[in-house]
Amino acid sequence: MSLLEIRNLHVTVAGHEILKGIDLEVKAGEVHSIMGPNGSGKSTLAQVLARREAYQVTAGEVLFDGKDLLAMKPEEAACEGVFMAFQYPVEIPGIGNTYFLRSALNAIRKYRGEDEMDAMDFLPMFREKLKLLEMDEKLMNRSVNEGFSGGEKKRNEILQMAVLQPKLAILDETDSGLDIDALRIVAKGVNAMRSTERAMLVVTHYQRLLNYIVPDFVHVLVDGRIVRSGGAELALELEQRGYVSIEAQAGQTAPASV
Amino acid sequence: MTTAIQNVENYLGTFTEFEKRATGRALPWLRQLRENAFARFCETGFPTTHDEDWRFTNVSAIARTAFSLPQKGTLHLSNRDLNAWRTETTAAQLIFVDGQFALELSDSSNLPERIVISSLKEQIMKQSGTLKAHLGQYLDTHRDSFCALNTAFAEDGAYVHVGRGRVLEAPIHLLFISTAADKPRMIHPRNLIIVEDEGQATIIEEYVSLGTGIVFCNSATELIAGENATVAHHMMEREHTEAFNVSTLRIQQGRSANVASHSILLGGGLVRNNVHPVLAGEGGECLINGLFVGNGRQHLDNYMHVEHASPHCSSRQFYNGILDGHAHGVFHGRIVVHKDAQKTDAKQTNRNLLLSDNAQIDTKPQLEIYADDVKCTHGATIGQMEENALFYLRSRGIDEASARRLLLLAFAGECLERMKSGSARDHAERLIHEHLFAASYGMPRQDVVDGNEQELQHAGSWEEVG
Repeated sequence: MSLLEIRNLHVTVAGHEILKGIDLEVKAGEVHSIMGPNGSGKSTLAQVLARREAYQVTAGEVLFDGKDLLAMKPEEAACEGVFMAFQYPVEIPGIGNTYFLRSALNAIRKYRGEDEMDAMDFLPMFREKLKLLEMDEKLMNRSVNEGFSGGEKKRNEILQMAVLQPKLAILDETDSGLDIDALRIVAKGVNAMRSTERAMLVVTHYQRLLNYIVPDFVHVLVDGRIVRSGGAELALELEQRGYVSIEAQAGQTAPASV
Repeated sequence: MTTAIQNVENYLGTFTEFEKRATGRALPWLRQLRENAFARFCETGFPTTHDEDWRFTNVSAIARTAFSLPQKGTLHLSNRDLNAWRTETTAAQLIFVDGQFALELSDSSNLPERIVISSLKEQIMKQSGTLKAHLGQYLDTHRDSFCALNTAFAEDGAYVHVGRGRVLEAPIHLLFISTAADKPRMIHPRNLIIVEDEGQATIIEEYVSLGTGIVFCNSATELIAGENATVAHHMMEREHTEAFNVSTLRIQQGRSANVASHSILLGGGLVRNNVHPVLAGEGGECLINGLFVGNGRQHLDNYMHVEHASPHCSSRQFYNGILDGHAHGVFHGRIVVHKDAQKTDAKQTNRNLLLSDNAQIDTKPQLEIYADDVKCTHGATIGQMEENALFYLRSRGIDEASARRLLLLAFAGECLERMKSGSARDHAERLIHEHLFAASYGMPRQDVVDGNEQELQHAGSWEEVG
């Protein structure tokens, strides 16, 4: 059984149809990359899966681990094992990083009927993850993302992912705005989490990230539809030929769904 | 004006009775002080919304109610009743029941030398010279009729005198308890706090209710901070919503004195909190920090009048408001920079979180600058709860109610962070948390859940209004 099954998903934002029939199957252990030009609907797809309420699903269904994902609130989806690394992580003044992360972890554990983790058990695990992301523990005493550089914010997203151990990790343009060093660290964190139990959906505009996180499948999203799917080599082709050729092809050969 | 006149007649009878039996009636200076103040009150009556200082707060409910003074000597409280209101570590705790000092419930033993903490009444009876030198010297009874009324009925309250260079680490807790009132009752607590040169003290002035009934608490505090003195004053308003609470804190700051005023308004139906510091000596610093949290039909008015009377002083006003239901908040920040107060550095910030469509905030900066080399800034923001932040927390598994609470605590926490750490701050933190947890502030109402997701969607960006 697939971990994630998206069938004929149509999504509207503020009256505009952004996703026009997406079909996608992701099995545990697989890494899929969603690529596409600006405005193609990549981020919308990520946000819908993370259950952002501003997006209205007009048709289709999404099953996560056999359950109706679209019926879930954001916190339920998170507790079931969906995690989205934000393209623009939010600064939350007044809430400490460590406190936030432990609250989140315990909310998820509670949902699953597990015991809450106290500070004594949490800290050693947390420190290990900090090390993986090469993050300074001092940052964690600050408010969530407050005063973090762009790279620190993105690393903080992957840190949260490493602590929360989701079944499905969605990376929403995690590479944007990262220099090569930060990109390597982020990729190292992500790769350390690849496992047969976990699936990943890597949403990106550029092929660059996929040199470090090599996907099993690449899907090209154009104007709300997946117009081509292939292996990792498709990303390289895109890098060389650009989205324009695919868009042109899509216009000729794939007017409806794929 | 008719209301005011009618009402003044009510007060005339009460005042005449009061004068016959008031402590200190034989002291000419005190008698004069009371009589002058009462005369001034009779001249002006209660303010109306035509008065610029009272534009957003209608006190006609106070003006038209016939209040009487509490009966003397009928205390039915025991130490057990007070357990819930005590704080952890204090240097002294003075308890006032319906405005009257309750010796048996208070504790001001074990004080170091040259620190006096007592009731004001005791000082009147002792005919204290310090009292005579300071009482009524600072409060503006001419401009503010509530201060005039308080002075007319000034008899009991707290007296704190910290001698030169004396340092009190733990806070002094002044707890004013209103008991059940079967008919409308008024009290006029009057506090005098003197911290001499290089002294240091923290004072918590807290108002609570035990039992219901209409109460009008009209308090006034004169706080004198000597040269280089460090004083923190915490005002905690936690009365029930039938209460009218008008309080005035008048601060007189000497050279290089550092004073912090923290006002936490959680309770009360109609509340007006005046903070009036005068930076009279060079190099003084004043922090005026506040948090007001309103729900239901609460009206919480914060009025500041910061007077820069000397050069090189700085003042900071930071107020955060959280308003839900039909609550109405007011932030009126007046800064007056006198002609000689060059190099003044005054800043004012008011941030508000409106959690319902019916909540209202009026925020008004008022700068009067008569010097030419000053830095004065002000800013106000009004916003809803940040939708992005809420989604971020929820996307990590934290349920909506907890996420909203976390964001509220964080917003309120800005006020706490401006307090020096210690038991006064811990006390404030505990009360704020309890208050925000007890009432489900900011939770989506049942009536908007009816398929109306819009409520959750309007963006939460801050809107500059001032």
